Amino acid sequence: MSRLPFYLIVALLLVSGVALSIHRHVQFEVPWTPGEQRQVWDIEAQVNFVADGGPAKVNMALPSSQQGYRILTEHTASPGYGLAFLEQQGGRRAEWSTREATGDQQLYYSVQVLVAPDARKTSIEPPPLQRDNVWESPYDTAASQVIERAWSRSADHFTFARELIQDFTDERQGENARLLLTQFDRAPLLVRLLNQADVPAREVSGLVLESGRRRQNLMTWIQVFEDQEWVLFNPRTGERGRPDNLLLWESAGQAVLEVEGGSNSRVNFSMISRNQPAAAAVRSQLADDTLLNFSIHSLPLEDQALFQTILLIPIGALVVVLLRVLVGIKTSGTFMPVLIALAFIQTTLVTGLVGFLLVVAVGLVIRNYLSYLNLLLVARVTAVIITVIAIISVFSVLAYRFGLNAGLTITFFPMIILSWTIERMSILWEEEGPKQVLIQGGGSLMTAVLAYLAMNNPWIRHITFNFLGVQLILMGLILLLGNYTGYRLLELRRFKPVTED
Amino acid sequence: MWTTPARLHAKGIIGMNRRNIRYIGRYNNRRLYPLVDDKLKTKLLAQDYGITTPDLIGTVTTQFGVKHIRGMLAGHHGFVIKPAKGSGGKGILVIERVEGDRYIKPSGARLSLEDVERHVSNILSGLYSLGGSPDVALVEALINFDGSFAEYTYEGVPDIRVIVFKGYPVMAMMRLSTAASDGKANLHQGAVGVGIDIASGTAIRGVQYDRTRHDHPDTGHELASLRISDWETLMLLAAGCYEMTGLGYLGTDMVLDRDRGPMLLELNARPGLAIQMANGEGLRPRLDLIERQPDGVPAEERVAFSRRHFARSSELREPA
Repeated sequence: MSRLPFYLIVALLLVSGVALSIHRHVQFEVPWTPGEQRQVWDIEAQVNFVADGGPAKVNMALPSSQQGYRILTEHTASPGYGLAFLEQQGGRRAEWSTREATGDQQLYYSVQVLVAPDARKTSIEPPPLQRDNVWESPYDTAASQVIERAWSRSADHFTFARELIQDFTDERQGENARLLLTQFDRAPLLVRLLNQADVPAREVSGLVLESGRRRQNLMTWIQVFEDQEWVLFNPRTGERGRPDNLLLWESAGQAVLEVEGGSNSRVNFSMISRNQPAAAAVRSQLADDTLLNFSIHSLPLEDQALFQTILLIPIGALVVVLLRVLVGIKTSGTFMPVLIALAFIQTTLVTGLVGFLLVVAVGLVIRNYLSYLNLLLVARVTAVIITVIAIISVFSVLAYRFGLNAGLTITFFPMIILSWTIERMSILWEEEGPKQVLIQGGGSLMTAVLAYLAMNNPWIRHITFNFLGVQLILMGLILLLGNYTGYRLLELRRFKPVTED
Repeated sequence: MWTTPARLHAKGIIGMNRRNIRYIGRYNNRRLYPLVDDKLKTKLLAQDYGITTPDLIGTVTTQFGVKHIRGMLAGHHGFVIKPAKGSGGKGILVIERVEGDRYIKPSGARLSLEDVERHVSNILSGLYSLGGSPDVALVEALINFDGSFAEYTYEGVPDIRVIVFKGYPVMAMMRLSTAASDGKANLHQGAVGVGIDIASGTAIRGVQYDRTRHDHPDTGHELASLRISDWETLMLLAAGCYEMTGLGYLGTDMVLDRDRGPMLLELNARPGLAIQMANGEGLRPRLDLIERQPDGVPAEERVAFSRRHFARSSELREPA
């Protein structure tokens, strides 16, 4: 019987688990460690216009995830307006509409942006060249002279753009440039000149992020393309490259705001930055429901909390498997320690241990009496269950009276499991003596404590909850452990006498 | 305190993990487990195959039937009550003799009828069965054990565990009950294990609680002179259990009855590894050798093969 399919399955599990985890880390910037802080910007755009009294339609560009920033959540406040989010002309836009609007109108759009330095550069198709514009005299000669001057001093599209823009900056402004600026706005003029020289370029609008700023406006920047690459230029200084704190708001070369049925429209921005734990930042990420993004984060919060615990169970089970297969520890009930460890998570360790020992000890004493009554087994265990509930109630009330609120958490113990434990321990005591009870009970408790330490580790909690691929890795590891034919640690002690002679 | 995996490996010791995966998992078909996990089934099967077992006094299958246990026991001097699906010797109650309305265990402890009834009731509820499923209680006649072993045991019947692999007896040990083991022959409860030479049926060495012993802790009798009579029959009986159950890796527990000779007490599809301690030798070389043997060899030839290849001389001092 070939073991090859088995190893293939294990390899498949491990590889897909690692791949899924890395995919989640790279694609969604889920950090590997829980402590990491991430900067989040809250940006609010306020649209103001004076409505004419009839139907009004407002169309505004919206930012999308881009190099350096990832959009988390967005909200709008616009009473009386219908709202639609549109994907058009390579950008996202919001469209507000209403039948009747008079007077000053205010619309709000707010967005949470996560600073994500390692987000990939999105590839953008270069826009088509705009060449249908005809210059009027004398601007045509001025334009061609400016282009020629910059062309001769450049090597490629990007250096050409730099030279061209610098000709329009204050210190080096020539006659031609000054002439052109009297007639045209700077940014559209630059784009037009670039296009005329066969350099694809377009205007984009960006927001300079500065914490606590209010009433900011968008600034115009120029994107210049060469092959599939694009570079951002500041049309005022000729500076090349995207400043770190620049969020591109509109990057499709369209108008930022279009208002129909209103006048005097403007949009301004306020923003504030804050740091929040990376895990929380990830949680508020907009979820695209694809299979690869299969995520628990799309569930309601309550169910998420439940899953956080459920996803820890394999970790506890792994601890049990390790201790049994590699160490050889005896426990009473295979996965009872995992359930006890789950209870410890609710009660905290010391309270849990004390509570467990108290309940089991008192339970054993009472069970000892029950054994004189000659009851049927199931009835006896049921009696033990009721006894355990009674013990727990008494302890809770006593703890509360003494002001020990921790004592109340004892109710988190799985009572039926506790009862069976007491029953088994009692039988074990009768048949094999207190030593075996100590060995098995101690083994169970030690396993439970180790499982608790593993499951309660913040790092492990973070990893298991955020990376579902880890479950596949665990599966692979456990399959491998199930295939281990070597010695257990305690067997090295047990079989020692044989090797001595 | 500790040894190294390399030294254990050199000795050919197999560990739990290897036993479970390499031998039990590979050679014992799950489907066949009920034959050995249910002692009643084993008994009936053994009768079909002409393998001697202790007499069955009766069975208790319902809680209602518990009340009739007194009638069933009447007239029997000593008996054993055991769960059909018990494991590891759990739930076995040995009554050596009956005095009036008192049932006396080998340890001298006196039980009332109620105690016995409660024990049977517990068995029926599944307290001792694997997985806690409802069970059946078997009542068997007490073995009239061979007086020649009286010196080697304390309050109980010694039994002989033979590991049978693919029908070949590979290793054997005798388990002697002690005061610590309450008349039962379970090593982890403190019984003494004595390694037995497959070729001759004589003692090789002894262990208690995994430590070497040369004498019985209670009777003080040395173990070296231990010799099992009718060894050939016992080996054949053990080897025959392979055909009977189809299980490749099997622990057979035999007892020697004064009148009826070797008989099969029970079978175990997951025999423990303490037999290696008792023999001072790992199972692995023997199992490897058997794995290279062809299938379909008759029991007599298998026994002959084992006796030829697995002969060992005693490590115990010869009696002065």
